Order: sequence, then structure tokens, then C-alpha cells
Amino acid sequence: MSKLPRAAELGLIRCHVCALVCRDNQVPGAACPRCGARLHRRKSASYSRTAALLLAAFIFYIPANLLPIMRTASIGEVDDNTIISGVVELWVKGAPDLAIIVFTASIMVPMLKFSVLSVLLVCGKCSSNWAQHQRARLYRLVEFVGYWSMLDVFVVALLTALVRFSVFSSVEPLPGVVFFGLTVVLTMLASMSFDPRLIWDCGCDDE
Amino acid sequence: MSPAPLLVCEHCDTVYRRIPLARGQVACCARCHFVLERHHRLSANGLLALTATAMVVFIQANIWPIVTLGLNGQQSSATLWGTIIAMWQQHAQIVSVLAAATLFFFPLMKMLLFGWVFWFARRGERGPGFRGVMIVLHYLRPWTMSEVFMLGVLVAIVKARAYFEVTADPGVFAYAVLTVLITVFAGVDFRQLWDVTAERKP
Repeated sequence: MSKLPRAAELGLIRCHVCALVCRDNQVPGAACPRCGARLHRRKSASYSRTAALLLAAFIFYIPANLLPIMRTASIGEVDDNTIISGVVELWVKGAPDLAIIVFTASIMVPMLKFSVLSVLLVCGKCSSNWAQHQRARLYRLVEFVGYWSMLDVFVVALLTALVRFSVFSSVEPLPGVVFFGLTVVLTMLASMSFDPRLIWDCGCDDE
Repeated sequence: MSPAPLLVCEHCDTVYRRIPLARGQVACCARCHFVLERHHRLSANGLLALTATAMVVFIQANIWPIVTLGLNGQQSSATLWGTIIAMWQQHAQIVSVLAAATLFFFPLMKMLLFGWVFWFARRGERGPGFRGVMIVLHYLRPWTMSEVFMLGVLVAIVKARAYFEVTADPGVFAYAVLTVLITVFAGVDFRQLWDVTAERKP
């Protein structure tokens, strides 16, 4: 047994809902005595669920970037904005700091999630114990920043509600924003269905 | 009731003996550095007060307009619900539902349920439905996004400034306060309520 014992080695199991540490009776479908949630040693079908959700998110991410997310119209002039053109516009209009924030939230964070979760899936499938600490840290980062990608969706929603000057000026949402919203939700579900304990299941190199 | 003697790291399954933490101390997993436990500065009473504050601010953030735009003497302002309804009418129903859930219904539920469990936790008791409430709270945790909306408001203000006269309304300040309160709550592991409360004696 290693210096830092793991729950499975001691025959213990932690309830994922209420965090109670129980004895693992090896009974399938056993429930937590405190909150009644079903006990499981690892999140069920973690790899396939994460992979499926990640793939779905990636498929939605393509139209989210290619299709325009909002249309601004003012007397005779119609302008369709994509995520990238919105960032460029902020940069040119003299708010480079906000342009960086929006770029991070809308482009960097989703890309980071796709790449980090893919690396985690591949390393897990290969039972590799390469860079475990770094992978654990990356997973925590992805969990933490995940929902900030909704930023652009809320910006479009707010501008739609605000800019309503009939023919003079109006903003309407376009399909890109719907795809983007779905991408964010799917990537959040993907990172939730990944079980970080799998990173450490292929032997721990910390002793 | 004393807390359980063992802790298991949520992220790597390492088992620890629980030790009492002093003020400001944080227990970190030695293997993966995930935060196992924090010392709680606030009692159930303090948390109940914070929840009530958050509730008041939340109501204000929802009733008051957030921003007003002006163009050639015309004015247009928006509230959170105005935003949700506008998205629904403009054929982005999915976004509208997402916004309604993550900015209104989930935060509201969270505050009401927190209020419920903290109210009883002041005397170390569990109120009726404690188990169900705690399970709902566990699943709601990642799905509230008011702080993202706050940042979205700022970005929208800057974008609109190029074309309109922009006035920040009281709603945006309410959102700012709400963001601070959410940050305070983020450090609270409400699951410890399982350890510090007991079923009410009949």
C-alpha cells in the first residue's frame, strides 16, 4: 500500500452527493446510508459519456463560429457579426482590455476545454501516468472557467433587449448564438461527466 | 454531532484523517492539491443573514432596469426579464430558456433552499425535506451564472457606447453586489451541514 492510501485500497467509498465515507460492501446498487444516493466508485461510463458530449459540443462549435451571432441594423445598413468580428470590433473601438476578456471567454476557454478533455481522455485510455499533477490541475482549471463562456450569449441577449429603436437601430440574435449556448452547456456536461480520479487510477507516481 | 473522522479527496480518492482547522486554514490533498476542506468563518446564523441579503439584492437586480440607452431623445432600457422575453420573441428560445434558468430560476431556488437549511441549522437541526433539498443543491451548484451576466452587462455597455448614450441603472449595481455575495458563497462547502446537523428529535 502506498504512503497515501486510496479509498479503494481501504475498502472505502465516498458518496458523491453528501461526501460521506462508507464501507464498500461490493453490492451493486448500494445506496448511501445518509442521503440515499447510489454509491459508485467511479462516475459511470465516464470515458464514453465525456467523449460523446465533447464530440457533440465540438460539432455545435463549428456553426457557432461560422454563423453570425447577431445582426445590427440601422437606417438601411445591416451588419452581421460573428464571435470573431465582435472581438475585432471591440479591439478597434478602443476597448482592447474587454476584447481580450471576450476573446478568452468565447474562443480560448472552449478551445482549452476541447484540448484538455481530449488529452485527459486519451491519457486515461492509454493508462498513462504521464504528468498526473499537471493533468489534475488542468481539469480543475476547466471545471473552474467552464461557464464563463456564456459571456457572449448574455451580451447578445442584453443588446437585443436594449437596442430597440424601430427603424433607426435594432439588434437581433442569429442562429450562431443558439449553437454557441448549446456548445457551452455541452462542454460543461462533458467536464462534469469526466471522473478526475481516473487520472490517478493507472498507478500514482508520487511515492 | 462530531464530524466524520475520515475525508476522501473528491478528485483522486485519497483517504485522510480529518483534523480540526484553525481560522483561515485550508486542507489540501497531498496528492492532487484539490481543496479538501476550508475553515468556516461564518456560522449558520451568518450564512442565513448572507442568504437573506442575497435575496434582497437579487430582487432588486431583477426589478430595476439594468442599463438605459438613449438615441435622438428616445430611451430604451432593459431588465433581466425584458432580456429573457426579447430572446424568446426573436426566435432564440433555447437561449431564452438557458438565461431564465441560469440567471433567474436556479439562483432563486438556490437562495430559497439555502435559507431553508440554514434556518434549521442554526440550532443544529434538519428541517423537513432536508435530504431532498441537499441533493437538489448539490446538482444545482454549477448552473448559476449571475456573475457571468454581470460581466456581460459591462461588455454590452462598452459595445453600445459607440452608438448610443448609455446610462447605468440601479440594476447593474445590484448585480455588482450580488457578484460579491456569490464569491463569498463560493467558499462555503454546504455539504458540511450533513455533519453538523442531526435529525430533529420527535
